Amino acid sequence: MKFQSYPVAAYLVYKCKKTRIKTMIKKISLFVVLLAVTLFATAGAVGNTLVLDGSTTVGPLAKTFAAYFTKKYGVRVTVSESGSGNGAKSLINGSCTIATMSRAMKAAEIAAARQKGVNPVASIVALDGLAMVVHPANPVRSLTKAQISSIYRGAITNWREVGGPNTRIVVIQRESNSGTEESFKELVIGKGIPVTGSAETQSSNGSVKSRVSTTLSAIGFLGHGFVDGSVKVIAVNGIFPTVAAVKNGTYPVSRPLYFYTNGQPSGVVKQFVDLPKSAEGKRMITELGFINR
Amino acid sequence: MAEESLGESNRTNAFVLSARKRTMQKVIKTAGEGMLFAAASFVAVIVLFIFYFVARDAVPFFQIRGFSEFFTSSNWYPADDPAQFGSLAIIYGSLMVTLGSALIAVPMGVAAAICLSDILPFSIRQYAKPIIEMLAAIPSVAFGFFALVILAPLLQNNGGPMLMWAWWILVSPFMILAVIVISDLLTTKITDQKRRQQLHIFFLILFGLLSVFLLFKVGTILYGIQILTGTNALNVSIILSFMALPTIVSVSEDALQAVGREIREGSYALGATRAETIIKTVLPAASSGILAAVILGIMRALGETMVVWMASGNSSQIPEPWFNYLQAIRTLTATIAGDMGEADQVTGSARFHVLFAMGLLLLVISFISNLVSERIVVRQRKILSGQ
Repeated sequence: MKFQSYPVAAYLVYKCKKTRIKTMIKKISLFVVLLAVTLFATAGAVGNTLVLDGSTTVGPLAKTFAAYFTKKYGVRVTVSESGSGNGAKSLINGSCTIATMSRAMKAAEIAAARQKGVNPVASIVALDGLAMVVHPANPVRSLTKAQISSIYRGAITNWREVGGPNTRIVVIQRESNSGTEESFKELVIGKGIPVTGSAETQSSNGSVKSRVSTTLSAIGFLGHGFVDGSVKVIAVNGIFPTVAAVKNGTYPVSRPLYFYTNGQPSGVVKQFVDLPKSAEGKRMITELGFINR
Repeated sequence: MAEESLGESNRTNAFVLSARKRTMQKVIKTAGEGMLFAAASFVAVIVLFIFYFVARDAVPFFQIRGFSEFFTSSNWYPADDPAQFGSLAIIYGSLMVTLGSALIAVPMGVAAAICLSDILPFSIRQYAKPIIEMLAAIPSVAFGFFALVILAPLLQNNGGPMLMWAWWILVSPFMILAVIVISDLLTTKITDQKRRQQLHIFFLILFGLLSVFLLFKVGTILYGIQILTGTNALNVSIILSFMALPTIVSVSEDALQAVGREIREGSYALGATRAETIIKTVLPAASSGILAAVILGIMRALGETMVVWMASGNSSQIPEPWFNYLQAIRTLTATIAGDMGEADQVTGSARFHVLFAMGLLLLVISFISNLVSERIVVRQRKILSGQ
C-alpha cells in the first residue's frame, strides 16, 4: 500500500511545488506593483500635505476647513486633536505644519521654539465665547464672574449660595493640556490661583458636555461651538455668549482661536491660514458655532 | 553467539555518529542553548532597562523638589505658577480603587473558580470558562465608555436603591451563615440535650431578628444616600473589578484543577463532605496558585489607565471622610496619561520628571507586592510539604 501510493505522492509534491512557484511569482509581482504605486503616491503627496495638531476646541473647525481645502485644492490635510499644549509641542518638534491653539503661546513655549530654530507666527482664526453650562434642570440662570471664580476656587461649594437648590456643586474642569482650561483660568480666576482640588477633570469638550448633561449639580465650561440642547447655558454678569456679545467684547469669557505656523506662512500654508478671511471660510465658522472676527 | 555479536556490532554502527555529525550536533546544541539563554536574559534585561530608564528620569524630580512635598501634600497643580506637585491624594486614590476592586473581585472571582472547578459538571464548565475569559478581551476603553456614559448616570439617579440592593444581596447570605454558626457555637458546651435545643432555637430567633433589623436599618440608610457625582471611586472600583475578574477566575481555577483528583478522593474517603473537602483540603492545597491569581488581578486593577482616566472624575483630593467611595478621586496612572501630553522638557522640567517619579512608584509597588506574594508562596509550600 505504502509503496504503491508513493508515485502518486511524488507527483502531488511536484505539482504543488509548481503551483507554489507560480503563485509565488504572482505574489512577488503584485508586491512590486503595490510598492511602486505606494512610492509614487507618497512621492506625489510629499510637500503637498498639511499636518494640523492641537486644540480640541479648534478641532471641528480645522476638520471642516481640511475637508473643504482637500476638495478645492487637492491637498491632503490631516487633523489631530491632542490639546493646545500638544499643538505647541508638535510645532516646536516640527511634527506639524500648523498648530491649532485655543490660547496664545506662552513665553516659555516661544523661548523653547526659538531655541530649536522655530519662529511661531500667530494668526487668529475666529473668536470663541466660553459658555458656562449647567444641567437643564438647574434653576440658576446667571452668575457673576466673581461667583464663578469662587466656585472654581472652592470658596462656594453649594448651589444655595448662588440662588440654587441646596446641593453641593460638582465642579468640572478640563485637563492641563487644554487651551480652554488655560484661557478659562486666565479670564475668570486669574493667573496663579489654583482651582479647588475637588474639581473633576475631563479630557475633552465632548466629555465635559456629557458629564454636565447627566449630572444635576454640575457646572462646566465649553467652547461655544459645542453647546447644544442637552446642557443649559447660563449668563455671565447677565450677558449670554451670543455672537454679538462676543464680537463686541461685552461677554467677559471669550478668547481668540489661533493657527500657529513656523515663520510667515507662504504657499499652500498661507492659503489654508487665510481661509477664515474668505466668504466660504466665514460661512463655515458661523455654521460651527464660532464667531467671525 | 555469532549471530548475537553480529547484531550487536550492527546496532552500535547504526548509533555511532561520524565525527563530522558529532561536531555538528555539538554546534547545534550550543547554538540552541545560547538562543534560549539569550531569550531568557533578554526578558530580564527588559525589566532592568525599564527600571533604569524610569528611575533615570524620576531622580531629577526628587533632586529639584525633594521628597516631602511629593509624599505629604495633596496640592497637585503642575501647570500653575508656582507649580505644586503634592501627590499624596493621587497615591491614595490609586490605592483606594485598587483596594475597592480587590474587595469586589477577589471573593467573587475565587468563589466563581471554586464553583467552576468543584461544583459545576464538566460539560457546563467547558462553556462557562471561555465565556468568563472573554471578559478579558473587551478593550479597556469600552469599559471606560460604559462607566462614563451608563454607570455614572445610573449611580447618580438610582445610587441609593442600587446600594441598598447590593447590601442586601451581598450581605444576607453571610448574615444567615453567621447567625447559624454563632448560635451553634454558643450552645455546644451545654450537655443537657433538651435545654441545648431550646437555647439553640432561642439564639437563632434572637440573632435572626437582630440581623434582619441590621439589614433593614443599614438598607434604609443606604437607600437615602444621594450620590452627587457618578464618576467616583465606587464606579471605578466596580469596573476595575470586572476587568480583574477573568484573570482571577481563570488562574485560580487552573490552580484548583492542578490539585488533582487523588487528593479530593482521599478526602472523601476519610469521610469529609464536599464542603469540608473544598474548604479544608482543596483550597489550602491550591492557595499559592490562588494567591498568584489575586496578585495578578490586583496588578491589573492598579495598572489600568483608560478606565480611571475616563471614569474616576480625576479630582486630586483625599475623600471626606477618608473611606468615602462616593467622591471623585485621581490615580497615578490617569495622572501620567493625562499630563504627559503637555509635560515636555520645554514647559518646565519638574513637571516632566514628576510623572516618571509616579511611574517609578507604580513599578516599586508592583515589585514589592510580587516579592511578598513570592515569599508567601514559598512559605505556603513549606507548610504544605510538612517542613
